[in-house]
Amino acid sequence: MSEFLQQFLNGLALGAIYALIALGYTMVYGVLRFINFAHSDIFMVGAFAAYYFSNWFGRFLPPSSVLGATIITLASMAACALLGVVIEKLAYRPLRDRSKLNVLITAIGVSLFLEYAGQLWFGADPKTFRLLPSQNVHVGDLVLNSNQLIVFGMTLILLLALRFIVMHTRIGTAMRAVSFNHQAAALMGINIDSIISFTFALGSALAAAGGILYAMNYPAIDPLMGVLPGLKAFVAAVLGGIGNIPGAALGGVLLGLVESFVRGSRFSTYADAIAFAILILILLFRPAGILGKRVVEKV
Amino acid sequence: MSVSILGRLLGVTMGITAGALLLSGCGDGGGGSSASSGGNVIPIGEYASLTGKEATFGQSSHSGTLLAVEEINAAGGVLGKKLELKTEDTQSKAGEPATVVRKLITRDGVVAVLGEVASSRSLEAAPIAQQLKVPMISPSSTNPKVTEVGDFIFRVCFIDPFQGTVMANFAWNTLKVRKVAVLTDVKSDYSLGLAQFFVERFKQLGGQIVAEQSFSGGDKDFKAQLTAIKASGPDGLFVPAYYTDVGLIARQAKELGINFPLFGGDGWESPKLIEIGGEAIEGKFYSTHYSPEDPSQSVRDFVTRFKARFKGEVPDAMAALGYDSVMVLVDAIKRAGSAEPAKIRDALAQTKDFEGVTGKTTIDAQRNASKAAVIITVKNGQFAFVEKVNP
Repeated sequence: MSEFLQQFLNGLALGAIYALIALGYTMVYGVLRFINFAHSDIFMVGAFAAYYFSNWFGRFLPPSSVLGATIITLASMAACALLGVVIEKLAYRPLRDRSKLNVLITAIGVSLFLEYAGQLWFGADPKTFRLLPSQNVHVGDLVLNSNQLIVFGMTLILLLALRFIVMHTRIGTAMRAVSFNHQAAALMGINIDSIISFTFALGSALAAAGGILYAMNYPAIDPLMGVLPGLKAFVAAVLGGIGNIPGAALGGVLLGLVESFVRGSRFSTYADAIAFAILILILLFRPAGILGKRVVEKV
Repeated sequence: MSVSILGRLLGVTMGITAGALLLSGCGDGGGGSSASSGGNVIPIGEYASLTGKEATFGQSSHSGTLLAVEEINAAGGVLGKKLELKTEDTQSKAGEPATVVRKLITRDGVVAVLGEVASSRSLEAAPIAQQLKVPMISPSSTNPKVTEVGDFIFRVCFIDPFQGTVMANFAWNTLKVRKVAVLTDVKSDYSLGLAQFFVERFKQLGGQIVAEQSFSGGDKDFKAQLTAIKASGPDGLFVPAYYTDVGLIARQAKELGINFPLFGGDGWESPKLIEIGGEAIEGKFYSTHYSPEDPSQSVRDFVTRFKARFKGEVPDAMAALGYDSVMVLVDAIKRAGSAEPAKIRDALAQTKDFEGVTGKTTIDAQRNASKAAVIITVKNGQFAFVEKVNP
């Protein structure tokens, strides 16, 4: 029983990070109807930004203190938000009125660009990452690590903040309007360009937070670290219903749990295969995802 | 999902283009190679993981190789000719070794190839060296399958059946563990082989294997496997894997409150192990080929020369074996009296009692070397010598 609970906790912590990345996929999809494949690499850049910030600020702001860690995290989130906006402006905006396939291929190009430019600039060997000391918390037979608790807390806070922004602010209302219909939203006086930039900034900041949380738990970061978590977060977004924000969070947690239980069983080698098999099954029976609504495309 | 597929497709297309360029270069490259081997230099090739996940392996091995080549050239070279070292990076990736070794042989016209550290990558390049009839010496691939590829493939280190036995004996006699769990990297031939030999020997001794879990090299999350291992109640965990993964495994084991000993093989040998593992790696054990703390004169001299050349860096086992691989090759070229690949091969096969930094090298009928192993532990953030086990 305690093994089951421990695996449940492990899975929850892993799933929380998938959920944070999945949110970025789902938000961009909601607004622009395309998958931003470079998103998983912004996740990587977020971890590296925190790595370099903690080296630079380290002298007067110890990364092991709560204040230092918070400032480093916020600075990395801001840097990644900026990167997301720049990528959208340079790579995606000029193609917005072309076929969706063009933007998709461009996104793959941007993703590869970030991965290999990262190998050039950051170096291909894994770097060690330290933020906040890690401590074990024992609850009966269960062991919880302080880093895992931070992952739960951060994910919850960011999810609530995101929900607040989308549901209760003017800019959130505008985002929903753009997601519903570009032209109608523009006719109502909404500046589509700035709303899309804002969406990218928000999604990229979440990816950066995810990257830092991931690096705190698995402190060996390299330029290709985003590939697999990014893929799984994409699966999570589709699983929950792409374009649906609570769906992405649910999908992420579900995937983390499945992965954890499979890895802890005799079939550990097949964990990734099983994760993707689940994607195929869900798509067979619920093509719109768990929380997704079936939308009739008007031609 | 499609990013990886498309990414791979792109990679393949680029590979084909590069391959075509390579082929088109071959025409004149062929002529150039015979000219260079007839000139004043003897070109030798080296392929190593200079970047990527196992970068410190490649970098250490390369430093050792470089030092040896420089020393040989400073002493006048071999057969009156200087050695010319051509180095290629495998980026710690599958697929690269075959490409770069083919390039070294067909375009650069090297007379022998040195490499790699990781067995999976040596296994990838070996068939090409064998097919093109150029001798290959792996400095530190320990999986027995590497030299089984053919009669042109050699190594200057011990093999995993020996290493597995050493660690099983150590676990049984010194650590006094009786129930062991094993965590293997299914992507690596080295890990699978070493685990198998360890398990065989440990069972022979009367020990019990309570859990066998696996991961795939490059994974970051091992908590699920470790939780299952912890639940099976072992008193030791054998992790035959490479240092990046081991560092993360040790940390997560500590985070799960695991306090039984972890131990592994020469794949742990890297300063990055301590950097990533931090205090979680303290007091863990692994077996390797040599220790810079060895009091013998040849090791002490080597450490001094290496430190002088590489800014005070202490040579690890990969560096020492990289150095020895060049020395064994040079010895063979001298005895062959020629730098023709086939003659070098014959001389290499007869290598007997060659004194190197990592001990005496005698190439046996399977083209392996049998050498002593040392056991190392981590103490106060430093590697510390525990004991030496002779074959």
